[in-house]
Amino acid sequence: MSTYNFDYLDELEAEAIHILREVAGQFEKPALLFSGGKDSITLVRLAEKAFRPGKFPFPLVHIDTGHNFEETITYRDQMVERIGEKLIIGSVQESIDQAKVVEQTGKNASRNALQTVTLLDTIAKYQFDACIGGARRDEEKARAKERIFSVRDEFGQWDPKRQRPELWNIYNGKIHKGENIRVFPISNWTELDVWNYIRREKIDLPSIYFSHERDCITRNGQLMAASPFLNMDDEDVVERKQVRFRTVGDMSCTAAVESDAFLIDDIISEISASKISERGARLDDKVSEAAMEDRKKGGYF
Amino acid sequence: MNILKFFTAGSVDDGKSTLIGRLLYDTDSILADQLEALQRSNRKNDDGTIDLAILTDGLRAEREQGITIDVAYKYFQTEKRKFIIADTPGHIQYTRNMVTGASTANLAIILIDARNGVVEQTIRHSYIVSLLGIKHVVVCINKMDMVDYSETVYSSIIGKYKILAQQLKLADVTYIPVSALKGDNVVQASETMQWYEGESLLHFLEKVDTDHLDRSQLARMPVQWVVRPQTEELHDYRGYAGRILSGTFNVNDKVTVLPSGASSVVEKIEFFDETLDAAHAGQSVIIHLKDDVDISRGDTIVNASALPQETKLIEADLCWMDTRALDTSIMYNIQHNSKVTKCKISEILHKVDINTLEKHAAEVFKLNDIGRVIVKTADALAFDLYDDNRANGSAILVDTRTNLTVGALMFRAAVE
Repeated sequence: MSTYNFDYLDELEAEAIHILREVAGQFEKPALLFSGGKDSITLVRLAEKAFRPGKFPFPLVHIDTGHNFEETITYRDQMVERIGEKLIIGSVQESIDQAKVVEQTGKNASRNALQTVTLLDTIAKYQFDACIGGARRDEEKARAKERIFSVRDEFGQWDPKRQRPELWNIYNGKIHKGENIRVFPISNWTELDVWNYIRREKIDLPSIYFSHERDCITRNGQLMAASPFLNMDDEDVVERKQVRFRTVGDMSCTAAVESDAFLIDDIISEISASKISERGARLDDKVSEAAMEDRKKGGYF
Repeated sequence: MNILKFFTAGSVDDGKSTLIGRLLYDTDSILADQLEALQRSNRKNDDGTIDLAILTDGLRAEREQGITIDVAYKYFQTEKRKFIIADTPGHIQYTRNMVTGASTANLAIILIDARNGVVEQTIRHSYIVSLLGIKHVVVCINKMDMVDYSETVYSSIIGKYKILAQQLKLADVTYIPVSALKGDNVVQASETMQWYEGESLLHFLEKVDTDHLDRSQLARMPVQWVVRPQTEELHDYRGYAGRILSGTFNVNDKVTVLPSGASSVVEKIEFFDETLDAAHAGQSVIIHLKDDVDISRGDTIVNASALPQETKLIEADLCWMDTRALDTSIMYNIQHNSKVTKCKISEILHKVDINTLEKHAAEVFKLNDIGRVIVKTADALAFDLYDDNRANGSAILVDTRTNLTVGALMFRAAVE
């Protein structure tokens, strides 16, 4: 046994860097899908470790629902400024304006599902052949089945029954024209691993991950941030709550948790003790047992 | 804390998914909302308790059919270790998925139904474990509750398995009697099987040695990417980025670059903002060489005093993974680390009946067939034998018509 110190975070990190460099080596026009959430922020740090002092061999791509937490956008712009890499924005609002998608109506309306169309349009427009994403297998049971290099057909669809075997650390990135590959370098990380890594690397995060006061309403047993993007009616009671967010998505589908975790150490203790999974705070996953599988088949992240 | 990656072999009937469900459940790794989703589901055990097997079946088709089709990865941790489970299907028609799950594992759990003992699929699963060179094997004799927790039954099964293990040269085998359904010896020690003096499965998994990253001492690094900032202040910067497959590179080590054969010396090793004296197996780093040699993706930097094999003819074990049969008349791409070249399967030496381990002559390889072949490559590969160096002794075949991964290769010998 070697004597050097190589713990689980080092191993996960080295694996992710290897995957990112495979993307650089195998594809003509890759992109890194950046949501402003902690997982994609982690990817950016991993990309720095893979390619510095060189430039990233890909731009960052943000699929912007227009229903963002303001803090995320501020963070995104400052980060892009700091790292000096290119940012491409795909706008859901534009897809709506061009009548490519129709805004949902009703009380639980969300732009989350509309993102898929904008994502696929953005991929087509820039002819991306690989899109790096921050999805993890521990998040959800359909994701637990997905390869690290995951092929999407011309229509953006994932076919879970026809996945390529993925052996050892060899990734087959060969595709036909029009297809693309989604690449998930942190597939093997858990939510806790990501937080421990963020702590170790002293990575800054958008402030909404930490405890703050916010106007909220309770919907379907979940705390939602009161915002102009939420269709509210007289039944909705706005309450001031001490909350934070465990994931960062569209404001209309990302629920808050009540929390006093002001520091990253508090968050790690909170998650370690938590009995609710991260995606438990995502209304988009609650639709049915196969909600994620179905969305992935349709081209979702 | 480190990571243990293991895979489980067994069929639904052996209680494989139940065993994994039990490991997750008893280590408190299942969260409330996931449990709630389970309780909402209408699949229950006969006694009304939650069917833990549903935890691992991720796809709609799997839930509908009550079987595992594809590999699912599950994660849990204890205070001692992090675990990654590759939950693989046991049925013969999904052999390729088992090979996939086994390829990254350091330990295999083989499940035997205590009522049936060593059966055909036990042989098949154990063969795959030996083929993929997995060092540690845990044989769980499951459903002990169905045989009255009988020590005699248990002893008779392990007696039979030991013969198989010897035949397959499985060196490190541990036997544990369990009941995944009732929880005996999975996480908690069994109260009913007082005659068993060993550890529970989890305790064993927490302790087993994971000397897996550095089995070979031979320093190897395939170049994935050349870092060239081409800025004013870093005008001459040229770093070779890759992951160390095996061994250690120290600054000032003499190295050889393959396939060119160029010699140089390690000048500097970088990891992001750190400069290292040495880089070890598993690490992803950037290496600088003293001399200006021509290196690009697909080349391998190796220790000059321990060169790998370099040939265009390699004897290898092949597992065929495509519904379209192997065609010995056409060219495939072979991908060995970051190197891709053309190849042909120039000869089929034999095929193995993986249920009986008998070898026989064959003309063709179909889906899930395993056997020995000769691979002829367009460019020479710089490789080690699989048993010496898993990472540098394996490759995949890609069908250039479909771009599918159609074969897994384990290098057994260079053909002179």
